[in-house]
Amino acid sequence: MANQASIETRDVRLWYGEFQALKGIDLDVSRGRITGLIGPSGCGKTTLLRCFNRINERYDYVRTEGSLIIDGHNIYAPDVDLIELRKRVGMVFQRPNPLPISIRDNVLYGYRLHTPKAERSRGAEDEALESALKSVQLWDILKDRLGDRATRLQLEQQQKLCIARLLPLKPSIILMDEPCSALDPDATAKVEELIRQIAGEFTILIVTHNMAQARRVSDECVFMLIGEIVEHGRTEDLFIAPKDQRTADYIEGRFG
Amino acid sequence: MTDTTSGTDEGQVSTSRRIAAIVEPAIEWLIRLCGFSAIFFVFGIFFFVFSSGADFIMNRLDVVEFMTSPEWYPTSVSNKRYGTLALVAGTLSVTTLAMMIAVPFGLGTAVFISEFCDGPFKEALKIIVEFLAAIPSVVWGFIGLAIMNPVIIDVFNAPIGLNVLNGGVILGLMSVPIIVSIGEDALKAVPDTYREASLALGATKWQTVYKVLFPAARSGLLAAVLLGVGRAIGETIAVLMATGHAVQIPNSPLDSVRTLTATIAAELGETAQGGDHYQALFAIGVLLFIFTFAVNLTADLLVRGIKNK
Repeated sequence: MANQASIETRDVRLWYGEFQALKGIDLDVSRGRITGLIGPSGCGKTTLLRCFNRINERYDYVRTEGSLIIDGHNIYAPDVDLIELRKRVGMVFQRPNPLPISIRDNVLYGYRLHTPKAERSRGAEDEALESALKSVQLWDILKDRLGDRATRLQLEQQQKLCIARLLPLKPSIILMDEPCSALDPDATAKVEELIRQIAGEFTILIVTHNMAQARRVSDECVFMLIGEIVEHGRTEDLFIAPKDQRTADYIEGRFG
Repeated sequence: MTDTTSGTDEGQVSTSRRIAAIVEPAIEWLIRLCGFSAIFFVFGIFFFVFSSGADFIMNRLDVVEFMTSPEWYPTSVSNKRYGTLALVAGTLSVTTLAMMIAVPFGLGTAVFISEFCDGPFKEALKIIVEFLAAIPSVVWGFIGLAIMNPVIIDVFNAPIGLNVLNGGVILGLMSVPIIVSIGEDALKAVPDTYREASLALGATKWQTVYKVLFPAARSGLLAAVLLGVGRAIGETIAVLMATGHAVQIPNSPLDSVRTLTATIAAELGETAQGGDHYQALFAIGVLLFIFTFAVNLTADLLVRGIKNK
């Protein structure tokens, strides 16, 4: 399994100012599978997720140490190209955050950033747009109103759009930070279905508060507590026969 | 309220309640009065300006001449003419030049403060920009007269340095603080999730600014610019000192001009109260009022547009 790992972290430690949020994370994330990150609020699961595309660094009081290897490259090496990294590692956020521009421009936003002007053409853009929207089952609904503002769509459609805009970049990893927490149960079910559908093509890491969701969606699960990984295993195993007492307590709802 | 079962504590409580029952509504009325006074003043001033010139405006003013003739000769003995075109051209040319300087400079500063710096430096910069707004306009006029004037004469080999260029630069710098503070507010109001979305897709900071923040904050930034324009149109003493005081339609930025505001300020003290010239100046006042009202109203509607989104 180790040679298949899409992400390998070794002793990753992270501080917000004086506060240490990650205390030595060793984790191998399997390629092409869905890995759920679960744990109570403040356990560091979102922080860890936000290390994988280095978006944590927006805040200059964040300090990260350790090695974090994605597809064989240490992404914290000094010569790493952040733009290239974020092309390979896409992110879906807690609240759907389509940009306040048209649906078309939203889906093609990343594509245009990463395609030099000379290589762009209307035809290629149309193709990328159609294929991305088809992958998230929005093409039939939206194809006649691609010029509408994306921020006016329903939340479920917004979140699907946020997934769609990653696809033209052909990322190898998609990070999802509680992607359904702003959605109602119906929309949640549909987005979960979509996540299962696109899995396989991508390595997906999904942070969730919702244990039922982790169980439904993920192949593997990582349970975190106060900045450390307590247990990592196949989802069935972790939920049916947790090895650690703290995992058992958490999934049975004794704390959290 | 009328608790008479004495005891000192209860007595005090009921007294303070009785006082509160009087003071509360009094304060409420006072505050209400303050609020309504703004409406009173705006309409009062408009009424005063209009009525001071009403007789002339209604009976003797040739509106077509007033709006289209460049000839402003209110003191001519034989042939008095009241054309404001040259004055409007003066105001527009100086304002346009001012905006060409203030808009890029002001929006650039707003973007820098809002997106590219933080911590104590950001706070210091904001305070300094506000300080710029606190410089009295007569000081700006003095700078135009004493510093810009010789510089323009030297650099452009112009006969006089008091002209559109001088006034435009001075007014531009005066409008910058307004554009910066309103523009920064508009950028700050853009949800942070937009920035994260853009950065996470691999955009640089600057790409995020012009591809996401500018469209997202568009109406607020436009409002910032329009309030800057309003400031520039209404400014008087600095342009009076810096633009050279010549009633003419300028052909180049090195021509001297006179603005609507400067005309009122310069001539009002010299006229006979109630005379045609005096009233014509009030007609200019009405014109100016309409200009600034239109600009402010547009800005206001735009700002409201952001909030309703």
